[in-house]
Amino acid sequence: MMVIFKRVAKAGFVNFTRGGLVSFAAVLVMTITLSVISAIIMLQAVLYSSLDQIKNKVDVTIYFNVGASEDKIMALKNSLSQLPEVSAVTYTSATEALKLFRDRHQNDYPTIQALDEIKENPLGAYLNVKAKEISQYESIANFMKSDNALVLGTAPIIDKINYHQNKLVIDRLNGIINGAQKLGFLVTLILVIISIIVTFNTIRLTIFISKEEIGVMQLVGASKMRVHGPFMVEGAIYGIIATFITFIIFLPLTFWLGRNMADFLGMNMYDYYVSNFFQIGGIVLLSGIVLGVISSFMAVRKYLNK
Amino acid sequence: MIYFNNVSKIYDKDSKALDDVTLTVTAGEFVSVVGHSGAGKTSLIKMILADEHPTFGTVFFESINVHKIKNSDLTNLRRRIGVVFQDFKLLSNKTAYENIAFAMEAAGKTDEEIASDVPHVLELVDLSSKIFHFPHQMSGGEQQRLAIARAIINQPELIIADEPTGNLDPINTYEIIQILKKINDLGTTVILTTHNRGVIDSVGKRVITLEKGKVIRDDKSGKYSL
Repeated sequence: MMVIFKRVAKAGFVNFTRGGLVSFAAVLVMTITLSVISAIIMLQAVLYSSLDQIKNKVDVTIYFNVGASEDKIMALKNSLSQLPEVSAVTYTSATEALKLFRDRHQNDYPTIQALDEIKENPLGAYLNVKAKEISQYESIANFMKSDNALVLGTAPIIDKINYHQNKLVIDRLNGIINGAQKLGFLVTLILVIISIIVTFNTIRLTIFISKEEIGVMQLVGASKMRVHGPFMVEGAIYGIIATFITFIIFLPLTFWLGRNMADFLGMNMYDYYVSNFFQIGGIVLLSGIVLGVISSFMAVRKYLNK
Repeated sequence: MIYFNNVSKIYDKDSKALDDVTLTVTAGEFVSVVGHSGAGKTSLIKMILADEHPTFGTVFFESINVHKIKNSDLTNLRRRIGVVFQDFKLLSNKTAYENIAFAMEAAGKTDEEIASDVPHVLELVDLSSKIFHFPHQMSGGEQQRLAIARAIINQPELIIADEPTGNLDPINTYEIIQILKKINDLGTTVILTTHNRGVIDSVGKRVITLEKGKVIRDDKSGKYSL
C-alpha cells in the first residue's frame, strides 16, 4: 500500500512539473478562486464589524419622573438586567444627568442661564438599556409596560421611553442589517460557486488533454486508483501552490489596506488578516486542496469508462 | 484459449460490426485477422479486451466470460494480455523507461524488478539508447517497438497487435513482424490484425478473413486473399 501511495504521489508530482503551461494555467485559476474566497472572508469581516458598530449605536433610554425614588429605579434595573435579551443596563442619576447636560451645553449660554434660574434640578434619572439583538428592543419595551416594579408603585415613575419614538428607525435599521447580512451571504455564495465552477472546468480541461492516456492506462491494466491517484495529487498540488501565492498577494495587499483604508473600512484589515492568519490560511488551503482533488477525481471519472 | 461464440455487435440496424462470429484461438498460435477497413477487425479485438460489449453471444478467455466479470477481475484480465496499437497509444508525458515501468507497476511489480527488467526489455527491442526519451522524440518504428516492449514486459499469455504496422515504412514493418514472430516462438499466443498483404504472406501462419463483420475464410496456413 505504501509503495502504491509513493508511486502515485511521485507520478502526480512528475505530471505537475511536466505539465508546464497547463499546470501554470491551472494554478493561476485556482489562485483567483482562493483570492476570491480570501477577499470574501475579509469583506464579511468588514460587513459584520460595520453592522456591529451600527447595532451598538442603538439603545433604549427610560426617562424617569423628577423625584422618582431611586429604590424603585434600582428594582427596575435589576429586573431588566435579569432579562436574557438585555446585554447591559446603565443607570444615570438625576445629579449625573444634570452634570452631563451642563457639559453638553457649556457653550450654550441661554440654556445654562435658564437652568441656573430654575435652581432645582429639572432632570430625572434615566436607565440606558442595550439589547443583545436589535429585534429584541420591542420585547424589552413590552416588559417595561407590564413589569411589577412599575405596577406596584403608587404613582408612575416613568416619564417616557424613547423606544416608541425611535421604533420606526430601529425597525428600519433592523431590516437593513438583516438585509445586508442576507445579501452578503447570497453574494458570497454566488461568487464562491462561480469560482468553483471556473476552477472545476479548468482542471477538467487539463485532464481532457490526458483523456486518451487515461484509456491507455486502463488498457495496460492499471487499477482505477492508480489512474485517479496521480491526477488527484496534481490537483492537490495546484491547491497548495495557489494557497501560497494567495498569501503572497494578500499580505502586502492587506498591509496597504490597513495603512490607508482603516478609517473607511472601520477596521484594520492587516491586523485582522494577521491575527486570523491560521484560520483564514486553513480555510484557503483546505478549499484549494479539496477543490483540486475533487475536480480531478470527477474529471477523471468521466473518462474512466469501465 | 479464446472462444467467440456466435458473437454479434450491432451499432444500429444497418451497421453490424460483427455478425455471428464463432471462432477459437488455441494457446501458442499466431493468428492473423485480415479484412478491409470496417470489416470488424478492431471490434473483434475490443471484444477480447472487454473494451466493447457484444450485442449477442459470448467471448471467453480460457474459462472467463470476459463480459461478465467484475471490474477488479477485468483489470487482472488485461494484465494477462499485451496490446499493441496502430497509433502506439504510449503515455506521451512519460519517457520510454516510465512507459514500461507503468505497465509493471500496474501489474504490481516491485521497484527492484522494474529497475532490472525495463533496461533488459528495451535492449530486446533495440531501444537502449532511447531509454530517457519521450515518445515525441522517437520515430514511428521506435515508438512501435516501445509499445511492443510494454506489451511483453509482464510476460502476457496473449499479445494482440491491432494494425501495428499501419503507420510504418517497409523496413520498420519487417522489424516489427520479426519481433512478433520471435515472441510467438517463445510460446506467447499472438493475434495480429492487418490489411498489409506483404505482412500476411511473410508470416505464413493461420489467417482469418473478415468481411462485413462475418468470418468468410479461416485458413490454417494462409495467404492474403482479399
